[in-house]
Amino acid sequence: MICEKCDKKNATVHFTKIIHGKKTEWHLCESCAREKGELERPFGGGFPLHQFFSEMMGFMPGGSSDKLLPQAQTGVQCSCCGLTYAQFGQIGRFGCENCYEAFAKCLPALFRKLHGSQKHRGKIPLRTDKGVKLRKDIALLREELQRKIAEEAFEEAAALRDRIKKLEKEREAGGAAGEGKG
Amino acid sequence: MKEKDERWIPERDPSMGEHTQAGCENRRLEKICSKFLEGTGPEADVVISSRVRLARNIRDHLFPPLASNLQRKNILQLCREILQEEEERFSRFQFLELDSISGVFKQVLVEKHLISPLMARENVCSALCLREDETLGIMINEEDHIHIQCMLPGLQLEQAWQEASLLDDCLENQASYAFHEELGYLTACPTTVGTGLRASVMLHLPALVITRQINRILFALNKVGLVLQGIYGESTDFTGNLFQVSNQITLGQSEDEIWQNLYGVTRQLINQEKKAREHLLNEGRERLDDRSGRALGVMRYARVLGVQEVMQLISDVRLGLDLGLVRDISAGTLNKLLALTQPGCLQYLKGRELSAYEQDLERAAQVQKFLDC
Ligand SMILES: [Zn+2]
Ligand SMILES: [Zn+2]
Repeated sequence: MICEKCDKKNATVHFTKIIHGKKTEWHLCESCAREKGELERPFGGGFPLHQFFSEMMGFMPGGSSDKLLPQAQTGVQCSCCGLTYAQFGQIGRFGCENCYEAFAKCLPALFRKLHGSQKHRGKIPLRTDKGVKLRKDIALLREELQRKIAEEAFEEAAALRDRIKKLEKEREAGGAAGEGKG
Repeated sequence: MKEKDERWIPERDPSMGEHTQAGCENRRLEKICSKFLEGTGPEADVVISSRVRLARNIRDHLFPPLASNLQRKNILQLCREILQEEEERFSRFQFLELDSISGVFKQVLVEKHLISPLMARENVCSALCLREDETLGIMINEEDHIHIQCMLPGLQLEQAWQEASLLDDCLENQASYAFHEELGYLTACPTTVGTGLRASVMLHLPALVITRQINRILFALNKVGLVLQGIYGESTDFTGNLFQVSNQITLGQSEDEIWQNLYGVTRQLINQEKKAREHLLNEGRERLDDRSGRALGVMRYARVLGVQEVMQLISDVRLGLDLGLVRDISAGTLNKLLALTQPGCLQYLKGRELSAYEQDLERAAQVQKFLDC
């Protein structure tokens, strides 16, 4: 395939974009893609992300390989924004928060590959009800407790166990109050 | 919050006479060379700046990549209302709708790292809400509804994270975020889900390049979940010996772990760079002195300067400055030159589009003007 922009070099970079619901495709050589700024990621990945996803999820770059996908998965569609899993594979972007539920079956593997994890351990919105926050804190402490036990650091483990107990009490008390508020 | 602060309105007054042209240019120059560039932070001889970005989305609204123009407009309106609710806090911010500014000025914002290249290209109903000092900003309708960005000079990752997080808390007072108990903050791109945090440092690593150690380091960084790239996004092209190192993982690590990990690695990079500088000095002080002296000479007397060339020259002078070989120039001046000589900034300064050749001429002229004063 020849580059659509300069009509000279071989097209090695393939993009499919959905902008406001309209799908566009580009096939460019590396230098034209660079000029167009397409190799630059907004958050800085340093590689053509679309292609990366396509490969990771069993699509070939440049499309026309739907056969490689498990048939059952490609058709899955988000009921909220209408994005299909196949489209997600092409653009590498979710359409809405509900996509995370719609594609839930396929995502853990992707997250493990991208992040080596599938569990958030960071900040929680302040407005999230306290029960969620406590539950998360307790889960994290339990993980640490397991580590300490494995390391045979029993004193620290005991201290952790006490903290967990305290938080669990708090959760029982706070949880009841939270439910009361509705 | 100020609407359409005149600071940002691209002036193009047709009645502008010859004699006021210079005044206009001076004002534009001030906008390009903002105070931020003068700032020197910790470890400024290697770390140019530290940046933290938080991606957030508002519940029950399609993410920007799939939203229609109308839906994007709604989001913009919603964000405006949120900011107005917290008026007190945002009194020193200005609201800049990208639809309303020239392409050249958008390029200026990209070159100053205040908006992303993506936002300069696709900006229906996008906006930038930026604090006066330009260190704290909110991009609206980028890849996500809200990107909070804090950028500080030198190595200040913790401060940058805290400032961004505080602003995040403040927005959250008014907005309900798309948040999932297991997955954290839900973002348009699966590479940012979880914390939505991208922390990065911009580094000047000339000695690691000269001693050819940089490729080895690039490889090692990838192994610890960090990406190193040239400043304009291409991993193979390290113009001006400037590099950006950022975290790749956003899910499964806490924010503190993420910035601390980057901080630790940055410290190691600083050490390695300094060792390499020492090594170069021991090997031949005169050679380095010669290198920065030549660079200054070219900058003073060249008539045609390409952007890549000028970035390399600035790097050579900066290295000389950091090693005490060059004196009569400041790091702030070099930072300003680096911004000023980018294509968008040059064209903005002159108030018109310039051909590639005209840019090279203007670049050389501006560099001389700067070094003379
Ligand atoms: Zn081409
Ligand atoms: Zn969806």
